[in-house]
Amino acid sequence: MPHTTTAPVIVTEGLTKQYPGADTPAVKGLDLSVSAGEIFGLLGPNGAGKTTTAGMLTTRVVPTSGRAFVAGIDVVAHPTRAKQFLGVVSQANTLDRQLTVWENLYFHGRLFGMNAATSRDTANALLEQFQLARWAKASVYALSGGMAQRLMVARAIFHRPAVLFLDEPTAGLDPQSRLALWDILEQLNRDGQTILLTTHYMEEADQFCDRVAIMDHGQLLALDTPANLKRGVGIDTIVTIKATGDLVAFAARLQAFEGATAVREIDRGLELHVASGDRLLASVVAIADELSIAIQDLSVAEPTLETVFITLTGRELRD
Amino acid sequence: MSTLPITLNQSRSTWAAGRTALLALLLRDFTVIKKDYKIFILRTIIQPFLLCFVFLYVFPKIGQSVGGSSKRAASGADSFATVLVAGVVGISVMFQGLQSVALNMAQEFGFTREIEDRVQAPCPIWLVAVEKVVSGALQGLISAALVLPIAAVVHARGVQASMHIHWLIVLTLIPLAAVAMGSLGLVLGTAFEPRNIGLMFGFIVLPITFLGGTYYQWDHLAPIKIGSFHWLQTLVLVNPLVYVNEGMRAGFTNAPHMHLYVIYPVLLAFFGVFLTIGLRNFRRRVLS
Repeated sequence: MPHTTTAPVIVTEGLTKQYPGADTPAVKGLDLSVSAGEIFGLLGPNGAGKTTTAGMLTTRVVPTSGRAFVAGIDVVAHPTRAKQFLGVVSQANTLDRQLTVWENLYFHGRLFGMNAATSRDTANALLEQFQLARWAKASVYALSGGMAQRLMVARAIFHRPAVLFLDEPTAGLDPQSRLALWDILEQLNRDGQTILLTTHYMEEADQFCDRVAIMDHGQLLALDTPANLKRGVGIDTIVTIKATGDLVAFAARLQAFEGATAVREIDRGLELHVASGDRLLASVVAIADELSIAIQDLSVAEPTLETVFITLTGRELRD
Repeated sequence: MSTLPITLNQSRSTWAAGRTALLALLLRDFTVIKKDYKIFILRTIIQPFLLCFVFLYVFPKIGQSVGGSSKRAASGADSFATVLVAGVVGISVMFQGLQSVALNMAQEFGFTREIEDRVQAPCPIWLVAVEKVVSGALQGLISAALVLPIAAVVHARGVQASMHIHWLIVLTLIPLAAVAMGSLGLVLGTAFEPRNIGLMFGFIVLPITFLGGTYYQWDHLAPIKIGSFHWLQTLVLVNPLVYVNEGMRAGFTNAPHMHLYVIYPVLLAFFGVFLTIGLRNFRRRVLS
């Protein structure tokens, strides 16, 4: 990991949100600490409490109990002061439709107390940096989804916030725009920008986040670097077998396999989790032959954050 | 990236940050108006122009009686013109306040979700709503200034509104009316679901307009009664536009009007109540 632990820039203590009329809390007793310079991911399925957590940190959601600090400021007690240090990119496109691309940036600067000249220069520089300069005078309606998202990121970092918050930043973007956005976020991070984002794309969390907090039903299930999280499940290898035949008997035999930690039934086949194993595939094929099971496809993979989530909850992330 | 100047003074007091944010939001609003100033002017003057055209030009031309119970037609038209000119200014201030606040708010709460970004401004949330009211009120003042010449010019030959401007009243009452109506816009913009904002015009704006004393003085409603109860005269007292229009009459004409001791306190009270309710609604809508 490129970043060593420094002073925490986000701290939450027992952060809890119970919406009126809901049976269970949306977020329950969350304790987080995010260091300056990190890309920190909140990963979980829809309804896990990720957006509520981000909402509490950005002053939009008032916690039922617990405390939250951003850049050392209590966001519940001093929301107005805290907002000077927050940059927020929400899920929806919140660009000012009555302004041009350039004006969206310029007025953001004025709003955050910059004078006209500084706002103008910063707006120009950011449009250049985010490759939106040729759209400066265009209406924001003219922007594609990916460009609108880039403009929102440019706007959010305009006032050099202590933390850049992004709620599901790549949802609904095409693969190319998604990569372009990640290029920008990584560049910002290299320049020292702390980033907290929510996502339900485990590949993204795995690839880009320094640390990941896995949430489900409003609770924190695990928090570590993606590598440590994957190591923590105690699985080396995942074997996915697509096959027809007596899968129940097959599963029973695989379960007894040395080093096997779990066998899960999947669509038209089985998934075998193995802590360590020699000659794994040869053995699987031998057992299948013995039981007259026809294997259509056999693949081997390392564990992913999906595996971590399944191990923690017994469910798939997309359930 | 790291070469960008960092000039933001992040240790500004809440008060200083709030004042800066308020000015920036107003600057943004007036930039938008400046871009579409033709539409703004057209939107502002179309209704007053039509009112004056139909009532003060067409009606006298075709001999339609608009002078109420007055015996002599000419003086009837004159006194109606006098009543209407003041009412037209009042109604313009109201429309501008409602429209600029409520419609914009419906849009920002609705499909564009812009409000989510607006409330991240480094100022108290209530200030974002107050800015809308201030902006609506300023637009109301501009409307009043645009509309008055029309009311003075558009009429048939021979029909003449008798205008006597009482500056002290004009300069205090129009701003008060403008902030009260902007606050009403805030109440309506936050109370109606964005998709139902059209209903607002049918159920709120039309009754306010037609029963707001634009076309008649309030005390002329006295003959409408059940038994000895002046029911309509009593009922319309809940309509803030009545006080605005009576006040405009006091400011622009020598026509009889409701007592100023009633107009000022009641408009102040409406302003206070609307702003309180509007801010409470706004907070509920943006915070969860």
